[in-house]
Amino acid sequence: MPLVKNGEITPDPWTHIADGEDAPLDAPIIVSTDRWNAERASLVHRNAPIGIRLRNDQLPDELGEDLYRFGVVAIEFPAFKDGRAYTQARLLRERYRFTGEVRAFGDVLRDQLLFMQRCGIDAFEIRKLADAEAFRSTIGEISVFFQPAADDRRPVTALRNRAVASWAY
Amino acid sequence: MYRYDEFDHTVVRERVVQFREQVGRRLAGEITEDEFKPLRLMNGLYLQLHAYMLRVAIPYGTLSSRQMRTLAHIARAYDKGYGHFTTRQNIQYNWPKLVDVPDLLDELAKVEMHALQTSGNCIRNVTADPYAGVAAGEVEDPRIYAEIIRQWSTLHPEFTFLPRKFKIALTGTDTDRAAVKLHDIGIAIIRDENGAIGFRIDVGGGQGRTPIIAQTIRDFLPKQDLLPYLEAILRVYNMLGRRDNIYKARIKILVQSEGLERFTELVEEEFTHLKGGAVELPQAELDRIRAYFAAPRYETLDNGSKELESARQADEEFAAWVKTNVDTHKQPGYAIVNISLKPVGGIPGDASAEEMEAVADLADRYSFGEIRVTHEQNLTLPSVQQSELFSLWLGLKIHGLATANIGHAGDIIACPGLDYCNLANARSIPVAQAISRKFENIRRQHDIGRLTINISGCINACGHHHVGNIGLLGVEKNGEEFYQITLGGRADENAEIGRIVGPAFSYDDVPGAVETVVETYLQQREDNDESFVDAYARLGATPFKEALYATR
Amino acid sequence: MTYKILTANRLDDGLVVYLGGAGWTANIDAAQQAHDDNAAAALDYRGKQAAMRNEVADPYLIDLDDEQPVRWRETIRANGPTVRADLGYQADKRI
Repeated sequence: MPLVKNGEITPDPWTHIADGEDAPLDAPIIVSTDRWNAERASLVHRNAPIGIRLRNDQLPDELGEDLYRFGVVAIEFPAFKDGRAYTQARLLRERYRFTGEVRAFGDVLRDQLLFMQRCGIDAFEIRKLADAEAFRSTIGEISVFFQPAADDRRPVTALRNRAVASWAY
Repeated sequence: MYRYDEFDHTVVRERVVQFREQVGRRLAGEITEDEFKPLRLMNGLYLQLHAYMLRVAIPYGTLSSRQMRTLAHIARAYDKGYGHFTTRQNIQYNWPKLVDVPDLLDELAKVEMHALQTSGNCIRNVTADPYAGVAAGEVEDPRIYAEIIRQWSTLHPEFTFLPRKFKIALTGTDTDRAAVKLHDIGIAIIRDENGAIGFRIDVGGGQGRTPIIAQTIRDFLPKQDLLPYLEAILRVYNMLGRRDNIYKARIKILVQSEGLERFTELVEEEFTHLKGGAVELPQAELDRIRAYFAAPRYETLDNGSKELESARQADEEFAAWVKTNVDTHKQPGYAIVNISLKPVGGIPGDASAEEMEAVADLADRYSFGEIRVTHEQNLTLPSVQQSELFSLWLGLKIHGLATANIGHAGDIIACPGLDYCNLANARSIPVAQAISRKFENIRRQHDIGRLTINISGCINACGHHHVGNIGLLGVEKNGEEFYQITLGGRADENAEIGRIVGPAFSYDDVPGAVETVVETYLQQREDNDESFVDAYARLGATPFKEALYATR
Repeated sequence: MTYKILTANRLDDGLVVYLGGAGWTANIDAAQQAHDDNAAAALDYRGKQAAMRNEVADPYLIDLDDEQPVRWRETIRANGPTVRADLGYQADKRI
């Protein structure tokens, strides 16, 4: 499944490891919170980077300070209609100031990519190759935003009043 | 009223381009119906019994005459010459073709209209008091905040895939004409003890399968906290609302299951992080938006025009219309005029292209070009000079728009029902028509006094039957249409859910049953001033049950 | 005598259609009838194929009894809104 990061399809350095699956010692892996909690002592001492996979009913604060050990937090869209991961992403970025990779996986489709990116998701495991290839053009389809989110796009309120302020001088 | 700036225009235009492209991909088979459905719902496009149905947003029910003329044009050019005004202040077209919808949306965009977020599990059209800006005793014009919320909720990246739809309503007066207590979030603009303006925030109201009156989560919220507080509520709902069962997915269920106290804790905790943050609206932007809702240039007039008085004396029919359809305006010499879209035996809320154009012309002539859509499926001309009421009435009469039944038995609210809607179990419209004919005598309606009759064709309650003084819910029994009667509902600041009175009535019997209910009231009321709903509260269901079921 | 036919909404204009022997038709009387489970399954399959080819949306089987739909809903769908005789297929059938 193609991974899109920085606007293009790139090789994925990370591997999702299922619970019960053997974890390679020297490669970057993403594990579930159950596994992290069960094997924390050994996982903490890995040489290679570690990432965490949240279920979409989990809140980032469950990770506590451990959050900052992770190179990637993977959040799930079990169905594209299930929008909980948008909140998870915003909390990671805006509340917890997480600066690692926030990655979307699951039912990740073209028409939700801009919403995801605005919420602070910066890596996308995209189901369909055509959607992955269309990433840049999809993100560019809407250029005006009515509310602040986790991205650095300026919402209209900032743009409008900057304009007003500038001719007050 | 609000006017789009370059930013508003851009996003609506871009959204049409995006939807046109999505339609293209759908027709070419690059996305399946399952993938396309939420996208078309985001643009208010349903697939109904006979055809697609497009729901166009009319933000807080405010329209200019120019916009109304475009709605008429669209009815002609893309549909079958008519539209339907809904119980959420929107308009629906019943026959657009998918291939035409992008062009239709382009035409709407030219007059600053769209169909964004009128469907789907997102924040829907924000509704408000149709008398906003002109009602006496208004604390502040609710449209200002409705517009602020509308913009904030447009393509909100975090809240586009909620557990279920989300409806917000606002009122600026003690009299609640927006039914705020029946919404997911209800907002009342109020003053605190120092006279500062802020909001009472109610949460968890709604109708449908589980009707619930909203509870107050915040007695007083300072103005600047509005958007951060709404984000807090939506965020808690987005994370905790049920997603396993669509009948248990609204916020009202979450508030019930957590309990108000715990739910409030969760929201207030989230709010502490958001308060004062980036989503708070800058004062400059609030002032900019407020300026759009400044009062029109009223003339300086006295109340009680002589022309009005003599016309009332001279013409009984006109006097009857003034009595029911005209309301007090805050500006001396002016009046609020309600246009009934419920002619005797007509389809409630439907308007032909010709009628829409007539209303647009009359709005230009008499009401500063402004029109409101009410959630009772009628229209309002918000500011008419009292001295001009008679000539306005003549203008309305020519087009069959002067039925003197606002808030009375003929002013029936009915969803499209099984004649149009995929979700329905029974028809609503012909039942409304039959009841309307039973009460066609205007004198009789006026004698009965204020009475709301609401009909829904299924449990989704789009006809708001739970809050009708007399509510009818259509059900299917053995392939036949039956109607459950509820009594005592109220949609105003004393909101009440109606109670089922007994076994359901057949399609043929229900108009007579409604008449029996009304006759019972007339026999038992204390005096002519005791309204139906007050009499019901005093008497209880017993006399009505006896009258309805004694011989069965 | 009850049997099944297949109905759907045409994708491009949303109008009601029925699956006939040769393809989709607006005329319910021309619909291909299925008098047993195998025939019904075959209709269902053809409907799903047509949906995949993006001709229609939401195909499904309905019951007819002596040429009339069993469900009132399907009679309304076949004719048009009962409150507007001038709209829907019933308008075309009027003499």
